[in-house]
Amino acid sequence: MEALELARWQFGITTVYHFIFVPLTLGLSVLVAILQSFYYRTGDIHYKRLTKYFGKLFVIIFTLGIVTGIVQEFQFGMNWSEYSRFVGDIFGIPLAIEALMAFFIESTFLGLWIFGWNRLPKAVHLACIWLVAIASNLSAVWILMANSWMQVPVGYEIVGGRAELADFVAILLNERLLVQMPHTILAGFITGGLFVLGMSAWMMIRKQQTEIFLKSAKIALVFTAVASILTATTGHDQAQDTVQTQPMKMAAMEGLWDTEEPASFSLFALIDQEERTSMREVRLPYMLSVLAHNNLTSEVRGMNELQAEMEEKHGPGDYIPPVAIVYWSFRIMVGLGFLFIIISIRGLWLWWRGTLEQHTRFQKATIIMMFLAFVANTAGWIVAEMGRQPWVVYELLLTADGVSPSVFESSIWITMIGFTIVYGILAVAAFYLVYYYGKQGAPEEQEGVETNLHTY
Amino acid sequence: MDLQTIWFILIAVLFIGYFFLEGFDFGVGILMPFVSRDEVDRRVTLNTIGPFWDANEVWLITAGGAMFAAFPHWYATMFSGFYLPLFLILLALIVRAVGFEFRSKLKERWWRVTADQFVFWGSAVPAFLWGVALTNIVMGLPIGDDMNFTGTLAALLNPYALLGGLVSLIMFTLHGALFLSLRTTGEMKERVEKVARAMWAPAGLVLLLFAALGYRHTVLFEELGLIPGTLPMITIVAFIAAFVFMQIYRFGWAFAATGATIVFGTIVAFQGLYPVVMPSSLSEDFHLTVYNASSSDLTLTIMSFVALIFVPIILAYQGWSYWVFRQRVTRDAIPRD
Repeated sequence: MEALELARWQFGITTVYHFIFVPLTLGLSVLVAILQSFYYRTGDIHYKRLTKYFGKLFVIIFTLGIVTGIVQEFQFGMNWSEYSRFVGDIFGIPLAIEALMAFFIESTFLGLWIFGWNRLPKAVHLACIWLVAIASNLSAVWILMANSWMQVPVGYEIVGGRAELADFVAILLNERLLVQMPHTILAGFITGGLFVLGMSAWMMIRKQQTEIFLKSAKIALVFTAVASILTATTGHDQAQDTVQTQPMKMAAMEGLWDTEEPASFSLFALIDQEERTSMREVRLPYMLSVLAHNNLTSEVRGMNELQAEMEEKHGPGDYIPPVAIVYWSFRIMVGLGFLFIIISIRGLWLWWRGTLEQHTRFQKATIIMMFLAFVANTAGWIVAEMGRQPWVVYELLLTADGVSPSVFESSIWITMIGFTIVYGILAVAAFYLVYYYGKQGAPEEQEGVETNLHTY
Repeated sequence: MDLQTIWFILIAVLFIGYFFLEGFDFGVGILMPFVSRDEVDRRVTLNTIGPFWDANEVWLITAGGAMFAAFPHWYATMFSGFYLPLFLILLALIVRAVGFEFRSKLKERWWRVTADQFVFWGSAVPAFLWGVALTNIVMGLPIGDDMNFTGTLAALLNPYALLGGLVSLIMFTLHGALFLSLRTTGEMKERVEKVARAMWAPAGLVLLLFAALGYRHTVLFEELGLIPGTLPMITIVAFIAAFVFMQIYRFGWAFAATGATIVFGTIVAFQGLYPVVMPSSLSEDFHLTVYNASSSDLTLTIMSFVALIFVPIILAYQGWSYWVFRQRVTRDAIPRD
């Protein structure tokens, strides 16, 4: 493999891994804050026990989010120095603001929250976890601003071969950001919601502290139901924006080789990238026109036409992303998204009927959903990033031109193997700890006696 | 003062803050196996930095982000040039954080011994490598006309740079010992104070050697001349003051003095570099300076406003967290298990 491919594999491995933990912390931080708010308002000790239970699991997961996040910030410069030189003027701003505005708050107030149970007044202590939750989600806003700019570059001008900032407000209000940010954060809320629901269901199946975990299950159900419906609607907005701003990605998501008017939606296809055709297709007539443009007649452009157009604009080259991966990832994400809506509405129905705590089959299903949320997140991220290839900054910089020229292949092998091994070990350790502490159930708590979340 | 200079100073401030703050928690991690008599002691040492280490590390993340935004070429050249050392630093920071957070989660002995190794190596390796990296920058690196590093790993591991690594390692450890004396009680406090006092002379020797050889190895001291000038003098005085304060049992002041040594030592390095940020050993024409490595004025202006608003707020709440946890960590505070 060449340095470019190695660097891409490394970025893919480290980013997908990082993105296992981050969405979960986005949702889980908010849910822990909600649980503690319930305790603060009602004084019901069950909510305090739930706060401690999910708080412990949150800190385990959050730790992995932090440590893999540092790698993310460093590897732009390490593996992608030419990319960094090209985009630094613009891309660096949200990264620096993310650290100043979000990371400092998260780290300081998480420390205060973990170790401050017996030091801080109750209201101040509650404010600490809310600040952690808000800052976690704020950090998502800033990093997605950076990513949105890679998808749809705005507010720049090319000066001396670099993208220089021309209009900061345009970057703040990038329309891609306005659809991608809510979609991604809400997906994080689903992930957190399904985690709390799945863990609560696990406890109820084991007939352990059913009374306590029924409360967290109900909160998680409402949370997940709202988040999953909004994720679908914002996802639809994002797809419609993609039709306009990244038609090639859209065509790859649909496996659409030739322009159609009206366009049909593909349910199944075997994609042959080399021959540029799809076989054994099952298509729903008109549906893609409806999804892309909200009517029955509009045209959706295919990859062949877009490839010709890009060649004209940017010179010879292959501008078609890996279609099969993008096509199937998109279908997995959307399919799972609908499944999450169905399962959370089914849960609300069972709650209404008063059978939530006895319905073992539903409880088992939620445990599976808890894991599938990660599959959906990864698939979504793959659609966004692989669908942009061969560009790293859409239509401005090719991925191949972003790689570090001074780094040897052997060095990348070392770091890739090193990160993969360490990340693998950490995944096993974290999974075991979540299992171990999950199984123990909510810790005993007494009214009026405050102990820290943990002591090192 | 132009925007580029302001941002050079701000990035220096972020690294200085990082070295001062994470300096002592590296020191605590390095000393943990040596000053602890038993399991409770080990947990006491770790809990002295429990609520702080993560926020201390954010100073580095912010420095990285600010370099990326304000001086993209500096960020790109340095991070791709120091590829393998930074990889080691990253691995160290990963296992260190995991060591802290996961250690007390399970009772098995092998688990805790492994976590102890993570904490020790995770602290010692970056404490050493930051010194190596900074010394290399001050010495100049083989940077070509395309701003890219053209050397190899072996070039980075030259004897003088390794000595620089020893300086940061020993200074952070001393700084950490003094921090521990402020945060612990009883026998533990006495032990770390003994360690701090024993470490002063060797640390002084390494520092002296580093400074003396600096005249031969770096451009920094050529510019200074034989009489070092105000900032290096403050560094030296601060270091000597640390000794004096330890003799009269003022360990709080001694901690401030080692802190000042680290702060002013870092200032000397940055001030000596300015306006260059990455000197090239190949040709003066290939130096990265605050001007040819910087972002556009618009980016720097926007970032200036952001920094102006957020840095004071950060200092306020981070300071407050140190105030909340000002009580010393006692053996009784550690739960029995």
